[in-house]
Amino acid sequence: MMKELEYPFDSDFLLKKRKKIKEYLLKNLSEPEIRVKIGILGGSTTKDIVSMLEIFLLNFGITPEFYESGYNQYWQDVMFPNPELDKFQPDIIYIHTSNRNIESYPGVENTASEIDGLLEKEYARFYEMWERIRRSYHSVIIQNNFEYPYYRLLGNRDGYDIHGKTYFIRRLNQKFYEYAQNTEGFYIHDINYISSAYGLKEWSDPFYWYMYKYSLCFQAIPEFAYNLANIIKALYGKNKKAVAVDLDNCLWGGVVGDDGIENLKMGSEEAVGEAYLAFQKYLKELKSLGILLTVNSKNDLENAIKGLRHPDCALKPEDFQILKANWNRKSQNLSEIAKELNILEESIIFLDDSPAECEEVRCCFPEVAVVEMKAVEHFIQDVDRGGYFELVNYSQEDVKRNQMYQQNKQRKEAEKGYLSYEEYLMSLKMVATIGIFEPVYIERIVQLINKTNQFNLTTRRYTKKEIETISESKNYLHLYGKLDDRFGENGIVTVIIGRKEQDLLHIELWTMSCRVFKRGLEYAMFDALVGFCKKEKISAIKGYYYPSAKNSMVKDFYGELGFAKVKEEDGGTEWKYRVQSLYKRKNNIIEIREKTTNGGE
Amino acid sequence: MRREEVKEKVQNIFKEVFDEDLMVEEDTTADDVEDWDSFEHINLVVAMEKEFGVKFPMKKVVVLNNVGEMIDLILETMQEMGV
Repeated sequence: MMKELEYPFDSDFLLKKRKKIKEYLLKNLSEPEIRVKIGILGGSTTKDIVSMLEIFLLNFGITPEFYESGYNQYWQDVMFPNPELDKFQPDIIYIHTSNRNIESYPGVENTASEIDGLLEKEYARFYEMWERIRRSYHSVIIQNNFEYPYYRLLGNRDGYDIHGKTYFIRRLNQKFYEYAQNTEGFYIHDINYISSAYGLKEWSDPFYWYMYKYSLCFQAIPEFAYNLANIIKALYGKNKKAVAVDLDNCLWGGVVGDDGIENLKMGSEEAVGEAYLAFQKYLKELKSLGILLTVNSKNDLENAIKGLRHPDCALKPEDFQILKANWNRKSQNLSEIAKELNILEESIIFLDDSPAECEEVRCCFPEVAVVEMKAVEHFIQDVDRGGYFELVNYSQEDVKRNQMYQQNKQRKEAEKGYLSYEEYLMSLKMVATIGIFEPVYIERIVQLINKTNQFNLTTRRYTKKEIETISESKNYLHLYGKLDDRFGENGIVTVIIGRKEQDLLHIELWTMSCRVFKRGLEYAMFDALVGFCKKEKISAIKGYYYPSAKNSMVKDFYGELGFAKVKEEDGGTEWKYRVQSLYKRKNNIIEIREKTTNGGE
Repeated sequence: MRREEVKEKVQNIFKEVFDEDLMVEEDTTADDVEDWDSFEHINLVVAMEKEFGVKFPMKKVVVLNNVGEMIDLILETMQEMGV
C-alpha cells in the first residue's frame, strides 16, 4: 500500500502525480491477484475519473481493465448493439451519470400527475438500461445517484414543492434506492452524500462543466474515485476485518497508568470525555457489523482492564476479541493479533494517536492501514471516511462473526485440557454438512472464495455470475462444506470446484476458511469428493497448486492426501490421484450429515 | 510577486505535470508540448490556481494561447484578488 493513496490523501498531489504513481504501482505490484473488467458508461467526461480509479484499485491489489463509452453515450452503448462491449465481457458496469443527465425537469405550470409522468419517464430510461445490462452482461452494476442541483429556483421551497428540481431529484433517487433494495448485484454510488460532504458549491462549480464537460469539479475527482474504488474493493473481498485500537488518548483521554482511572476523560460530563465516548460507541457499532475489535496498547494489562471497566466506558473488556496490553513493540502485538484471529495483518486497521507508533507499524507492515488519530472530535470521521468496512453485501455470516470467533476462543481453551489433539477434536462433536452448490448459498460461496487466501490452492477468484454458471453446468463438480460443533455453527467454510474432462476431474479451486483450520474438514471433503467421482465414473483427479504470497501452508497438501506429483514449474505443482474402488475414508472424526436433496456422499 | 518568480513557479508546474526535463518559454504553446492536450490543460490550470491561490474566470482561460499569456493572467488575477 502506498501511504499517499491512503485516506486522508492530498488530492492535488494525486492529480498532479498520478502518472508517476501508476508507473510506481505497476512496477512494485507484488502480484496481480485480482483482475477486474470495468465498463464505464459516462454521462459526462470520465477520463480523469478512470485514471484516478485505476491507481486506487491497483493500490488495493486489484488490476482493472477498462472499457470507456464515448462522451455521454452511456445509454446508447447499452441499448443498441455493441460488439465492442460484448467482446469486453465486463465484470462490472459503472454508470457515471449526474443531474446534468436528467432530461426533463418539471416546470411550475405542470400538474401533479404530469410531474409523476415525468418522473416515471426519467426513471424508465434508467430502469430499461439496467434490465438490459442484467440480461446481456450479467455483470455487477454500480450506478450513481444524483447530486442536488447547484441552484434553487424556488428557494427553500425547492426541496419540498412538487415543482422543485431538488424535490424531483429526491424522488428520482428514492426510486433508484428501491430498485437497489430489490436487486442483487446492483449498487448505488452515493454521490449525493459525498457531494454534500465535499461541499456542493465547490463540487458543482459549473466552470468544469462548461470547460471540460465534467459534472464535478476537478479537485473532487480523487475523493470521488476513492469512494467508488471502495465499493469495488469490497466486492472483491478486500475489506478490513478487524480493528486494533490503542487505549491512552485514543479510546479515552489521559494515561491510565499515570493519571489513575478516576482522572480519565470519558463520559458525557464534559466536551473531551463526550468525544471519546462517541468514538467508543462508534467502535461498538462496528462490532455489531461483525468487525472484530482488539486492543493494542502499551500498558499493564491490569491497568488496561481497569480503564475498560470504567463505568462510563461504552466498551467492556468482553467487547474485544483480544487484549494486547503489554510493553512489546506494537508491530509484534499486531502480528500476534493477526495470528490469534487467524487473519492476515493486512486485514487489520491500526488506530493510534502516537505518530511514532504509527510509523513503527507502517514500517513493519506496509500493507496495514494505519490511521493516525489526531483530534478526538474527528476520530469517527477519520476512520469512517477511510471506507475500510464498505458494506456491499450484508450476510448473516457477518453479523455472527464476533460470536464465531468467541466460540473459537472457547475451543482453544478446551484444547488445553486434552491429552491428544485427536481426543480434543473428538470432544468437539463436529458435524459437517457437505453438498453441491445451492442457490441460497451462492452469495456466501462467492464471498468465501474471494476472501480466502491461506488455504487456497489456486487463489482463483470467481464472480457471482461465474459461480451461478458453474452450479448449473453438468461439466463441473462443486461442493460446499459446513461445519458445526458443540460450541456453535460455522456456516459454509469450504468449497471445491472441479471441472470434468471425460473421466478426469481438474480441481480448479479448493479453499477453506481459516476459522476451521486443523479440524480435519479437508479430509471429510476429500472423502465426499471421491464419493462423487466414483458415482460419476471419474477415474483420476488432478490437483493444482499455484503459489501466492499467502498460501504456502497448502504447498504439499495434495501430497499429504496421497496425490503423486506430476509436474513442477515456477514453484507451482501439478498432482494426480487415481480413484480406486477400494477407498479408505480419511475422516473418522467428523460426523457427516448428508444433504439429501442433492445426493451427498 | 515579480514576473520572474511567477515564471519560475510556472516552469516547475509544467515539470510536475509533464516531464522533469521540460523547459518552457513565454512563447511555448500547446503544440510544442507533446502531451499538452485539452485534458492536461485542466490539470495545468488547476495546479496554477492552487499554487498562486487564485481562481481564474472562465472567459480568461478560454483565450489563453501560450505560457506568456498564462503568466499575464496569473499576475493580473493575483492583483485583482489581492493575493
